[in-house]
Amino acid sequence: MRLELIQPFINAADGVLGQMLHSPAEVREVAMQEDVYRRKGVAASVVIRGDLEGCIIFDLEPEAALRVAEVLAGAEAGSSEQIARETVCELANMVVGNAVTLLNNQGFRFKVFPPVLHTADDGGCAGTSQSEALALCFETSCGRVHMNIALDYSRRETAEAATVRP
Amino acid sequence: MRENESALRNRDGQPVRYLVVDDSVFARKNLGRMLQMIGGEVAGEAGHGLEAIQQYDRLRPDIVFMDVTMPEMEGIEAAERIIRHHPEAQIVMVASVGDHENVSEALRKGVRHFLQKPTNPELLSEVIHHLLRGEEAPARATVEKAGAL
Repeated sequence: MRLELIQPFINAADGVLGQMLHSPAEVREVAMQEDVYRRKGVAASVVIRGDLEGCIIFDLEPEAALRVAEVLAGAEAGSSEQIARETVCELANMVVGNAVTLLNNQGFRFKVFPPVLHTADDGGCAGTSQSEALALCFETSCGRVHMNIALDYSRRETAEAATVRP
Repeated sequence: MRENESALRNRDGQPVRYLVVDDSVFARKNLGRMLQMIGGEVAGEAGHGLEAIQQYDRLRPDIVFMDVTMPEMEGIEAAERIIRHHPEAQIVMVASVGDHENVSEALRKGVRHFLQKPTNPELLSEVIHHLLRGEEAPARATVEKAGAL
């Protein structure tokens, strides 16, 4: 787990949540996590592959998901669970998109897969090898937003760097 | 944002018509809601690039707002195809990933502007007014915004 890779995601979540919800988001809890991730509500995960590899899970407690959907898509849409799920996926898309923009501009190249609903009650992202993650909780005006970031340099990248820079 | 936005009209004096292209229904609704606040009408929506091309041919909207990453056909390719057949098309990319490579590629292919999500009504309004006046939108400002978060 490399903290220099994590910071862009924290900054992006802070910026996107603050702008979308029109009020600041505060980081309340930060912890390293080695156990499998336990979903809190409506969650979406985004897989990254390339120079960096890993997975980011974006998870809103059920009430928070509905309230965010209401704020962003209008009151009438907010009552739909489908819209709440779409909202969480789009929020994940925006947060990860903003973070990877910063990392891309630093020279990292990787593919970001579209967000998918994270339906397992516990478990990480399918197909990712990271066992350690940083778990964060943001307090927002709509409720708690959880983010679980498991990201590291790819093994190929690490091996190439070792060859080039013995 | 400016007042009297509901009177936004194209060069023919008709209400401005938009095509909104995004694979996320939520993103389309959210953008559509902002566009209605600004003025004009959302003439159509599409969930991927191929559908966007068909919808453009059918609707001939004044301005297209297009996501980049979508199934079937991605946004930059769809934009390039639309512009090849309709050089007058005014297409604005609206994407989560706004790195220099994506932005440069889109602008090279004839896209008029690149906005990074999340966008807001003020910025959208500014871009729409620039396009309606036939001016180059201040692309640099939004590229800088893309790196600001």
